[in-house]
Amino acid sequence: MEFLSFLLRRVGWSLLVLVGLSMVIFFIARIVPGDPARMALGPTATAEQVEALNDKLGLNKPITVQYAYFVGGLAQGDLGRSLLTERAVNDDIRDTFPATFELVFATIFMAFVFGVPMGVVAANWKDRWPDTAVRLFAIFAAVTPSFFLAILLQVLAGYVLGVLPTTGRLSPDVVYTAGPTGLLIFDSIAQGRWDVLGDAVRHLILPATALAAATTGQIARITRASMIDTSRQDYIEAARAFGVPGWLRLFKYNLRPSFVPPLTILGLEFASLIGGAFVVELVFAWPGMAAYGIRTILQKDLNAVMGVVMVSGVFFVTVNLVIDILVGIVDPRVRIRGKRT
Amino acid sequence: MTAPLLSIRGLKVRFTAYGQVNEVLHGVDLDVPARGNVALVGESGSGKSVTMKAIMGLLRTPPAEITGGQILFRGQDLLTMRERERLKLRGTAMSMVFQDPMSSLNPVFTIRDQLATILKYADRRLGRDRSRAQRLARVHEVLAQVRMREPEQVAAAFPIMLSGGMRQRVLIAMALLSEPELLIADEPGTALDVTTQAQILKLLKDLVAERGLALLMITHNLGVVRETADRVYVMNKGTIVESATTGAIFAHPREEYTRDLMAAVPRLTGGHRYGTQGGRA
Ligand SMILES: Nc1ncnc2c1ncn2[C@@H]1O[C@H](COP(=O)(O)OP(=O)(O)OP(=O)(O)O)[C@@H](O)[C@H]1O
Ligand SMILES: [Mg+2]
Repeated sequence: MEFLSFLLRRVGWSLLVLVGLSMVIFFIARIVPGDPARMALGPTATAEQVEALNDKLGLNKPITVQYAYFVGGLAQGDLGRSLLTERAVNDDIRDTFPATFELVFATIFMAFVFGVPMGVVAANWKDRWPDTAVRLFAIFAAVTPSFFLAILLQVLAGYVLGVLPTTGRLSPDVVYTAGPTGLLIFDSIAQGRWDVLGDAVRHLILPATALAAATTGQIARITRASMIDTSRQDYIEAARAFGVPGWLRLFKYNLRPSFVPPLTILGLEFASLIGGAFVVELVFAWPGMAAYGIRTILQKDLNAVMGVVMVSGVFFVTVNLVIDILVGIVDPRVRIRGKRT
Repeated sequence: MTAPLLSIRGLKVRFTAYGQVNEVLHGVDLDVPARGNVALVGESGSGKSVTMKAIMGLLRTPPAEITGGQILFRGQDLLTMRERERLKLRGTAMSMVFQDPMSSLNPVFTIRDQLATILKYADRRLGRDRSRAQRLARVHEVLAQVRMREPEQVAAAFPIMLSGGMRQRVLIAMALLSEPELLIADEPGTALDVTTQAQILKLLKDLVAERGLALLMITHNLGVVRETADRVYVMNKGTIVESATTGAIFAHPREEYTRDLMAAVPRLTGGHRYGTQGGRA
């Protein structure tokens, strides 16, 4: 019960964060120089035409009134129209977000599947060569910018070795119309299109690797530190004294209590992951929100920019909420006390 | 007279750290007879815990090294026996009560999970066959033996849901799981308040008597010793400086060191009842 109220509090905070985000991004977008109507209409448009569009968009109204309109639309799930694509921002995002979502989830998956075992190995062989190897990897992964890694992987795996596709989400020769969720992996499984699934996964590997490297290193580092900390606890020694086998001590008694810090870190890393995803998407011509987001920012396409930021914000907040729930599942202390220890 | 259950002869242990060799046990002799209740006392750093770890085979080598002596359990030398055979004894025929109830239970698993896992691997080492249901029944049984009023509820709890006293009793239950002959307790319950600690010590004493176990209790507290032990070993700087029956040592301590120890510790008083279950923390 306390955990439930803890989660409800977190939801409340999340909503507050989103309101704050909407304000900040709204006012920043309005302050940045440049005239959206002028940019949309081009240099040949007359002053009257620009004025008319400004009127139509409500950009002549006081900024607080504009914000009220914006929030009103937001509350109804309407992000307005994009000046750039001349479509509803909702539709643009519906078309591009699933690709980003899929990329980010593949990234998290990889970061966990590789990062946690690396941390376990490093902790178990602390100060020996496997530990050194993991720590070196973590440092290199942290200092290598994801765009550089993206290009490196593209050149290496794509062109030199020619083993993996380097652009897009699907090969051009795969005939496929998007399913209901727009998530290729999900839809193709639901439809039993195994050829599509295989092709989509192959396309995901390089961009997800480029994006996951830094987070993988981070998770490995945190898992290692947390495991070493836990391994000094009396309950690990007690398990040894009572003959619990070494592998079980490592993977159950030691790993499970050490799991909260890497989970929490993942939530925090998530913001930079979304930012990184934008860069990686450009390199791999990934049809996600990135290209759309960046073009709309350059064009001062206010509604679209706000839409992309708000969707990213909701994504971030939701993932962190899920992580809070997972933390509660992993660690009963959190569940029972209703807070992180 | 029959041979003692546990007999330590000339045990020497040293630690190596940063190239510095430090001998901490210089030939310890100590006997625990079957069903005996023996106390090992001595000031901090005198080597009591190292002795216990050596008996249990818990010293990490390195940095520790056992450089001499014998540890005979049922007449067999633990130090020369095959590792496989030794693992069959550790946590089963000889087991220990962990000291700190706050840190000796894994916070993320239920009591039942932790006890049943220990039992499962003990069974496996000893080639005993027991179903999961039988194991759980045994877990509930030992929890009842340590005077838990609601063993099933305690078993289903996470450590954080139990008071310190209850957790300490879980640690005793853990040691009893495989029906040991020898129980070793290193300052049990020192992390608890005085009253709860007294209850724990009384419980240990009663259990040992009831079940016919031998107990080697390591303690600072001479008050405890007077009320529970039949025999006392006094340790100082890695050697046993005096040993006698409890009555004799309190009546005529021969060593200056023993007299100092007695002067330093007030007699333990306080009610020796189990009292409440300690409630939920
Ligand atoms: N892991 C270790 N590395 C190096 N020296 C150690 C180690 N463990 C114990 N020692 C040394 O062995 C000596 C005896 O320590 P021990 O823990 O047995 O004392 P103790 O009698 O149990 O004291 P206390 O009453 O405080 O528990 C100490 O001087 C300590 O410095
Ligand atoms: Mg000690």
